[in-house]
Order: sequence, then structure tokens, then C-alpha cells
Amino acid sequence: MSASTPTPEAQAPADATAALPADLQDERLIASQGIGGFLRVFLSRLRSGDLGSLPVVVGLIVIWGAFQMQNSAFLSSRNLVNLTQQSAATGTIALGIVLVLLLGEIDLSVGSISGLSAAILAVGFVGHGWSLPLAILAAIASGAVIGAVYGLLYTRFGVPSFVITLAGLLGFLGLQLKVLGQEGSINIPFDSGLVKFAQASFLSDAAAYVVVVAAVAVYAATRLRSNQRRAAAGLSTTPVVTLAVRAVALLLLLAIPVYILNRDRGVSYMFLLFVALVVVFDFVIRRTRWGRSVLAIGGNVEAARRAGINVRAVYVSVFVFCSSLAALGGLLAAGRLAAANQSSGGGDVNLNAIAAAVIGGTSLFGGRGTAYSALLGILVIQSISNGLSLVNLGSPERYMITGGVLLLAVIIDSLSRRSRASHGRA
Amino acid sequence: MTATLSPATTAVLSLSGVSKRFGAVQALKDIDFDVHAGEVVALVGDNGAGKSTLVKTIAGVYTPDEGAMTFDGLPASVSSPAEAQELGIATVFQDLALCDNLDVVANLFLGRELYTGRALDEVTMEQESWRLLRQLSAKIPSVRIPVASLSGGQRQTVAIARSLLGAPKVVMLDEPTAALGVAQTAEVLNLVERLRENGLGVILISHNMSDVMAVADRVNVLRLGRNNGVFNVSQTSSQEIIAAITGATTNAVSQRAARRESQEEQS
Repeated sequence: MSASTPTPEAQAPADATAALPADLQDERLIASQGIGGFLRVFLSRLRSGDLGSLPVVVGLIVIWGAFQMQNSAFLSSRNLVNLTQQSAATGTIALGIVLVLLLGEIDLSVGSISGLSAAILAVGFVGHGWSLPLAILAAIASGAVIGAVYGLLYTRFGVPSFVITLAGLLGFLGLQLKVLGQEGSINIPFDSGLVKFAQASFLSDAAAYVVVVAAVAVYAATRLRSNQRRAAAGLSTTPVVTLAVRAVALLLLLAIPVYILNRDRGVSYMFLLFVALVVVFDFVIRRTRWGRSVLAIGGNVEAARRAGINVRAVYVSVFVFCSSLAALGGLLAAGRLAAANQSSGGGDVNLNAIAAAVIGGTSLFGGRGTAYSALLGILVIQSISNGLSLVNLGSPERYMITGGVLLLAVIIDSLSRRSRASHGRA
Repeated sequence: MTATLSPATTAVLSLSGVSKRFGAVQALKDIDFDVHAGEVVALVGDNGAGKSTLVKTIAGVYTPDEGAMTFDGLPASVSSPAEAQELGIATVFQDLALCDNLDVVANLFLGRELYTGRALDEVTMEQESWRLLRQLSAKIPSVRIPVASLSGGQRQTVAIARSLLGAPKVVMLDEPTAALGVAQTAEVLNLVERLRENGLGVILISHNMSDVMAVADRVNVLRLGRNNGVFNVSQTSSQEIIAAITGATTNAVSQRAARRESQEEQS
């Protein structure tokens, strides 16, 4: 493409083909290089409706700004630590919902399962004197068994997951009441490991920064390694400058919140566990055969079956993961409350978890979404709830506003789906 | 008659005396069918002639009641689609069975992803995808876009490329040009020729006589579940094939052609 070439139009294709990586040789591809090219690609994706996490990030900024103007305590370190604490339990449940939504299914019973799991833990640990690990294991195993039953009902009898889990919602709420027995409320001792973990365990300042630096280092190393492999395979690579910019952006994105949280109690173990689960499931969804199978089934079950994927096994495993995560979420909530009672997992837990997954950007139509939508979605929901209580508004406003946000999220999902279809982006 | 029509090599896939009944219906009766390496055999017939049954029998969806099959000169039997694939028979069904939400690479390797350590080996899969698509001279701008954004012909290309991943010896294409435009049909026919050049045996199921005449070496006609003639394309006319399909020299198609001709003469 140098200026010395007399007829650039005629010469360019041959030269370009020889020089370009295998995936950039097609002449129809619009070249996009450097920061400007990156921005152009980003804008064209937005226009075609491939919004990703953008709506929820914008929503979160708007919500935080609005509450901060009402009450300057909202973005204080102390309140943000509370926010992370409030988000972890329901967020863990929402992560399971993301998995079933990716399949194009739904689990309406996660609230009841989380309540049942809390009841089993409390009765086993406090009532029967089981050791804590045994009680936790029993609670999570009960969730796994429920998920396996859902999966078998769905795959063997073809009952819609909506109906199966609606039955589960009622049935396991009853079982929860039965397990709790007459009193209906069991306190978990404050000196037990679970309550300490959920209420009072925080990373030291230094440890939190070490985690941040380690995360950025792992990110940079994987991207560089991938670049090397792509170059060796004759494929296009991401420019090192772009990588560096992204790594620095990630560093700031992690370090600034950690700095703010560290000014108060810091990063709680419970929130760290939740974030770690999100990161692990993100990897599993994007980079393993199982995750690819989940996305494929969400996109086209028949195609997945013909490709030799064991569709039934994937359905069962996803329901097991969802229910187990719901059980784990129930344990975290019980730990934070230091009690299990008849309203554990009741009220809005169920719908908040489902709403979080959808608000975070996971499509209700299957095959599209990321594990991070659980994190982003639950932050939106808990921010609304937390902020409204700071400005002295209670449940009525909270329900109405959360409902409105959920509706908005689904409308955005539907619109972007339509726009993607017309722009050929699936 | 068959001996003179076929190339001198032994058939890569050969069926003899295959019959299949569904209850009181004799769907296939004494079918003989051969495909050689580097040959395109068209399978034609009217609706209900038994084309789909034969395709599904070869693909392992149905097991024949009678008859023998040899693959690569050895007796073989397939009782499931997976077995047929393992043997080296790949089938591209009419509904392409692609996942619209996944990109081309993910679709090509669906169900047989490559691994490096604990994670999917995206780099090798992408490299392999390009190799495969280049081999077919396929015109796909990027393998990292969702399949939903591809045209009908490009989707057909992806489906055919996917069938080639397991290094098959025989590829069956069920109505590959149905619902495609003129240019895209030409693209797919080029692809069929490319498969032949690569030494594969191709079975082409089609209703479109001009496509059949354009790429097939031999045409195998089924009528009411029986063989109704094998034609060498270079020595026959579509008139003759249509007569075999419909079972009569005076049929709707020839009558219409004759009427058109006489009208043109009058005008």
C-alpha cells in the first residue's frame, strides 16, 4: 500500500493477501485498526443492537447518580460495603438463573430452594448438632437432588420447566416449613463459622490489592499467550497497545472500587466468593465444551442434538447447577441473617434473582448472555433497594421501581433482539 | 448396464437388494445403489419415491429389513447416525441444523471441539476452519461472526464444511439448492464439484433437473420404491430422466414442453 506503487487499486489485493493473517484476507472485511477503528467497530455493534452490558452499566450509573444526589451517604465506603454484602446471596442465586436462561428455560423455585437449604442447615447444625461442613454439604446436596429431579422430569416427560419449577416453588416452600417445624425460626449462633464468614470476614487491605494485581496479571498473561499462539497460527492478533490499554482499564476498574471499599471494612469474603463464582462460570460457559453445549442448545436444540451433544445430560446438569447455586445462596443469606425462618428465601428473593439475570443482559430467549450479567444485575437491584431505604422510601416504592427496571430490561432485550435480526447478528 | 456406466474403480459405497417396509407400505424394494470416489451421483424421484428413506437408511437413521451394504469394499452395517459418521458417511440434511447464535468456528466444531489443557483451543479451531473453507474456496468474510448473519448459500457452505470435518469418504447432500437464489445455487454447485475434485463420493438428492444435469456424473432414478434406471448424464437428456421419474414418456412435463413448442411454432 506504499505511495510508490503506481496503481494501488490493482496491486493491493495480491500484496494484501500475502501479508495479511488468514482471518483478515477477505476483501469485504472493513479494516478497523487502532483506537479509531476500535471505536467504529464498537459504534456499529451498538447500532445493530449488539448492546452487551452497556444498558445495565448505563443504568447503574444513572441509579447511583440519582441516589447520590438525594443522599450523599449512598456512595460512601460504608454503604458500598453494605451493598456488596447485600448482593452476594441473591447474586449467587441469579448466577444459577443465568445458566437456565442460557438454555432458554426458567427456574421459578430458586427462592424456595434457598429457603429449604437454609432450613436444612439450621435444623441440622443447630437442632441435630451436625458439624458445619456436614450441614452445608447436606443443604447443597439437597439443592443438587432437586435440580436432578427437575432435569429428569423435563427430559423424560417433556413437562415445561416453567410448570415443573412452579410446582417446586410451592412444594419446597411447604417442605421448608415442615423442616423448620413448630417454632418456624431457628437462630444460628454468632460464633459459628457460617455467620462469621457472612458477616465479619473481610480481606485485609493488602490482600485485596494482591487479588486485584493477580487478576490483572492473569488477564494480561492469557491475552499475550493467545496472541502468540494466534501469530504462530497465522491469524490476526490484538495490538500490544490495545492489550495494555485494556489491562490498565481492568486494573482501574478493580483497584478503584477496592480502594473505596478498603476505606471502610474492605472486600468481604462472601462477596469475593460470589465474584469468584462468576469468573469461574464465565470461563466454563465461554471456554469449555459443556458451556458451548449450553449455548448451542439455547440457540437450536435440534442442531445440538444432531451434532452429537448429549442434550439430556446438559439439561440435567444445568438444572443441578442452578438449584445447587440457589442452595448456596440460601446458606449465605442465612449466614448474613444468622437465622433461618419461615420467610427465608420468600418474598422477593425469587423474583429479584430472576430479574437480576435479565437486567444484567441475559436473554430470556436462550443462547445469549454472560455470567457477568448476574453480578451487574444484582448490583442494580440491590442499589435500588439500598438507595430507597436511604431516602426513607420503603417496600412499595422498591417493588414498583424494581418492576419498572425489569420491564425496561426485557424491552431492551426484545428490541435489541429484533435489531440484531435485521442487522444479521443473530 | 451399470458396469459400462461406472468408473473402473470399485464403489466406495454400494448397496444391493436393500428393502425397507413400514407396516403395510413397501418403501424400498431391492434397491441397488453405488457411489465411487470422485463421482457425483444424483438421486432423483418423485415425492414418495423413497429418496428420503434411502438417504436415511444410508445415514443410519433407519435399518434396512433386507439387503447388504459394503463400504470401501468391506461389508458394513450402520444402526445409528453416529456409526455412519464414524464409518465415513457424512450427511447434510435439508434443514441445516446450525446454531444461529454461535459463530462459524463454533458451529463447525460443535460436538467435537478441540482442547488445549482445560480450555477450548480456539486458535487451532479457527485455523482449521479457514483451512477447511479455503479448501472449498468458500466465500465467507469472517469465521467470527454469528451464523445468523450469513446468506443461505454461505450457511449451506458452513453445513457442508462441517460434514467434512470427520474426513468422510461419502457426502450426502439433501436438497442443497432448495430455497437458494441463482448465484448461491451456482456457489453450492461449485462446492459439489470441489468435493468431487477432492476425491469424495457425493450423493446429491435434488428435484431440480438443471442442477442434476449440471454437476452429476450419474443419475439414479427411484420410482415407487424401486430402481427405475441409472443414467450417465453425458449420454442422456433430462427428458429421458423425467420419463423415468414419472414412469411414462407422455407425462405432465413432456406434454407441457410439447405444448410450449407448438405454441412457439405458431407464433
